[in-house]
Amino acid sequence: MVRWAMAIDLEKCSGCQACVVACAAENNVPLGSPQEATMGRLIRWLQMLPRIEGEYPHVRAEVIPMMCFQCERPPCTYVCPVAATYKNPQGIVAQIYWRCIGCRYCVNACPFTLKWFNWFQPRWPATMAEATNPDVSLRDKGVTEKCTFCHHRLQQAKDRTRAEGRPLRPEDYRPACVEACPQGALVFGDLDDPESPVARLARSPRAFRFLEELGTQPKVYFLAATPEA
Amino acid sequence: MAEVTGPEAKTRVLRPLTRPAGWGYTLTVGGLVAIFGWSLYAWSRQIQTGLGVTGLNVPVFWGVYIINFVFFIGISHAGTLISSILRITDTPWRRPFTRLAEAITVFSLPFGALSVIVDLGRPDRLLHVVRYPHFTSAILWDVVCISTYLITSCLYFYLALVPDIALCRDRLPETPAWRKRLYRTLALGWQGTPVQWRTLDRLLTGMSIFLFALVVSVHTNVSFVFGMTLKPGWHTTIISPFFVLGAIYSGVATVIVLAALFRRLYRLEDLMTEAHFRSCAKFLLALCCFWLYAMIVEHLFVFYGKETAELRILEAKFWGPYAPLFWTMVACCFGIPFTVLAVPRWRTIRNLVVIGLVIDVGMWLERYTIIVPSGAYPYLPWGVGTYRPSWVEVSVTAGWLAGFLALILLFARLFPVLTVWEVREELGEARFSLGAPVPAGTVDMAGASPSPWIPPLGGRGSPTGAGQSPSLATDASLQRFRPSFVSKMRQT
Ligand code: SF4
Ligand code: SF4
Repeated sequence: MVRWAMAIDLEKCSGCQACVVACAAENNVPLGSPQEATMGRLIRWLQMLPRIEGEYPHVRAEVIPMMCFQCERPPCTYVCPVAATYKNPQGIVAQIYWRCIGCRYCVNACPFTLKWFNWFQPRWPATMAEATNPDVSLRDKGVTEKCTFCHHRLQQAKDRTRAEGRPLRPEDYRPACVEACPQGALVFGDLDDPESPVARLARSPRAFRFLEELGTQPKVYFLAATPEA
Repeated sequence: MAEVTGPEAKTRVLRPLTRPAGWGYTLTVGGLVAIFGWSLYAWSRQIQTGLGVTGLNVPVFWGVYIINFVFFIGISHAGTLISSILRITDTPWRRPFTRLAEAITVFSLPFGALSVIVDLGRPDRLLHVVRYPHFTSAILWDVVCISTYLITSCLYFYLALVPDIALCRDRLPETPAWRKRLYRTLALGWQGTPVQWRTLDRLLTGMSIFLFALVVSVHTNVSFVFGMTLKPGWHTTIISPFFVLGAIYSGVATVIVLAALFRRLYRLEDLMTEAHFRSCAKFLLALCCFWLYAMIVEHLFVFYGKETAELRILEAKFWGPYAPLFWTMVACCFGIPFTVLAVPRWRTIRNLVVIGLVIDVGMWLERYTIIVPSGAYPYLPWGVGTYRPSWVEVSVTAGWLAGFLALILLFARLFPVLTVWEVREELGEARFSLGAPVPAGTVDMAGASPSPWIPPLGGRGSPTGAGQSPSLATDASLQRFRPSFVSKMRQT
């Protein structure tokens, strides 16, 4: 069994947000208007969580890229009344947009606040509307969406490798954010393969996961930045 | 109370049904319906534009709609509590309140259910809940519980209404034809025969027990929607009993307010006496103390546990941005009601009405301070997290309240607001024969009746009623019924 997982090295992350842009472009996430931003309603499957430590003048600020952690035991899927969100056989937590009734129960149930709701019908500037990714379905107003580890890319990789007549290798499937990161801070791969880079990083003493104590078993690991001396 | 006998009791209860509707009534109902209509318009705007027209945002995903949901389901429990649980225990002071309490249940439940539907991003996909049910979801069980509850309580309400509909059928000769037809259809041919009474009694007792279980499970389920998530502030062990208790508390308060209203409007002073209200007040006082207990326990756990995310919410409620709401809530749910109810001299009906309204406001605020702060302070410090209801949410809330009141007022024009047969039971009358033709084989009462209003039956204090029916008195199967009922059967 493959267990797709991600490791994010905060030491390497410069906060450039290339991953944020790549994610939005890949997954047809609307830009959103300034009004929506002030209301706190922007949809960003991948977003930067600001973290500020210490008191002035000894302040240390950092931003932490965060997408759905694809929990091994996802609390968001248990609560959906119509099973519109579920853990698929690849271990990725998926959304069925046409089935979602928009109750936002799963959005509330995610302890990390990493699910997004379409408060309005999504809109793009005319020039961009043409450029939507045909591999990712557009969402309607009133449904919930979230990061899927660019699941459609796994489908494509499978099709491609089948056509080439070879088995799927982990490097065949990489989410858009991983591809976009100029620092190589995002590492993606199979957690069940002990020799894969992601499994190695997950074992690192710097590795931690958010709210591990809740027992949702996130599959996104973070590597703590070592504080500058 | 002794001077209030059958005829007055009955005419007094039925009189408002015959009087033409006054200006005040028409205007009030018209106004309420207009407000309800406006809320439907607001909802239609929301359906067109999306939930963005509300004040909801990230991370406050649930707001006023869900609060209304918990609130309306909460007050609906009063009906079941007063009419079924107190019916099982045969508490005498419940009698003048049962009909109203049941009406509150039946009319508030649909608004509770509607509140969730307004909250949906895709109300058009409502039926997906039936087509793709996912049984690990508390919301799905809510749907199951609430629809069972709605159906059962409607049936229960209707069954208890049948003898009184028959009374309207027989005793309101001057009503318009459509109402006559309505009464005739709805009375289901009720004649008040012993067999019919026995069937009714058996059904009502059985359903009371079922409803008792339902009332606990429904609100427990409502609390599961919150308590079963990992969200700080919701994930507490006491949330279910706290919710059930709060539901009953607000429900009883609502019953008192509406009962006092109809007592005044319909001049029912001698049927709903001060004594009835005083008993209700004591009950409310007990609930008030239990509420404080549950509230303290809930917050003490959080305070003592000192879990960071939980503590952040506690602080926001105690002295942060939610403090004004929180302390108003505490004053409304405990401070004010306790002070007034604890002094016997102050338990006047007028005070009770004020207290009832205060408790209702308090309980609404209680749900607000449970639902919104937990949304605004998630585990991870995302975004701003403030929430202000928009005009759409305010309109829908007002509309639902107006709709609920309008339904109660309309109901009270068509049917007696008191359970006539239960009140007569309290006044010491048996329930047989509401003056309807008595089928052959039962005791002939019509001849002995001194007035067409009074069936010729002995009161509790006068066993010398009409002829005794030994066959009934010795019927062993009757022993299964409540003593009060059997004793009345014997008197016939
Ligand atoms: S991070 Fe949130 S949205 Fe993603 S699987 Fe876990 S609970 Fe669900
Ligand atoms: S918002 Fe959609 S996916 Fe989430 S719980 Fe509700 S129906 Fe399920």
